[in-house]
Amino acid sequence: MKNYWWKILCAGLLFYTLVAGFITPVPRLDILNESIRNLYFHVPMWFAMMALLTVSLVASIRYLGGYKSRFDQVALQAANVSMLLGVLGLLTGMLWANFTWGKPWTNDPKLNGVAIGMLTYLAYFVLRGSIEDPAKRARISAVYNIFAYVMFMVFINVLPRLTASLHPGNGGNPGFDTYDLDSDMRLVFYPAVFGWILLGVWLMSQRVRLARISEKLSETN
Amino acid sequence: MKFNSYKLFALLSVLLSGIVLQAQETQPDMADGMRSSGKIWVVVGVVGIILAGVFVYLIMTDRKISKLEKEIESNTKS
Repeated sequence: MKNYWWKILCAGLLFYTLVAGFITPVPRLDILNESIRNLYFHVPMWFAMMALLTVSLVASIRYLGGYKSRFDQVALQAANVSMLLGVLGLLTGMLWANFTWGKPWTNDPKLNGVAIGMLTYLAYFVLRGSIEDPAKRARISAVYNIFAYVMFMVFINVLPRLTASLHPGNGGNPGFDTYDLDSDMRLVFYPAVFGWILLGVWLMSQRVRLARISEKLSETN
Repeated sequence: MKFNSYKLFALLSVLLSGIVLQAQETQPDMADGMRSSGKIWVVVGVVGIILAGVFVYLIMTDRKISKLEKEIESNTKS
């Protein structure tokens, strides 16, 4: 129970999200209709992604503070899982947009921002792949990771708020906060976000442990 | 035709009920039928099975990794 209580919490939160997400009442709105329930599934992908990118950033900073290869691995695997969540967020968003905004890819600043932001992180993986020396690779990619994090946050959280955007809470659009009955949705949305963050951490921990195993294997051989 | 108050009332009520019905129809469409028939729970069940499968798989992978970690630890000690 000591080490895996949070995994039980994760499963509990996600099952709660599933049942409450489909069953509890939601605001009746035109265009959105029942698809407003995607708030419980699409948006947590991005929250979990940003949480894992923050884990990656902290790991990179800690790596630079002591050059322990463990932190380099955490930074890499957190970025890996966050890319998975980002792709899932993009795909679910495209499906949702197709039915509410008319086409899968509108030239919304948030969509273009996230595309550039994810390319910034793809460059992180390319950079890692191009350096042979492990210590050099870890150091250079840790510095780049800090830069990538700042760029990503500017692209998806700052720039879309400065112009018009279809996304709620950006460019003068009201967020979900302003609709009535939102207190009902909060009761599902926040647990969903927390559950998906925990699932991301779970996936990351498996990758980090596997990387440590292969590292030890290559040491002994 | 003589227009008495009863006929006027009947005409008005018909007209008004039409307006009221129309007002109800313009409400945004929601999956009320699906919910009232209870079949939404079938969807919840299906996604629940998938989610359960994912968690079982995650736990099995966790155990496999733990086994490998223990094996490596015992190998490095001996």
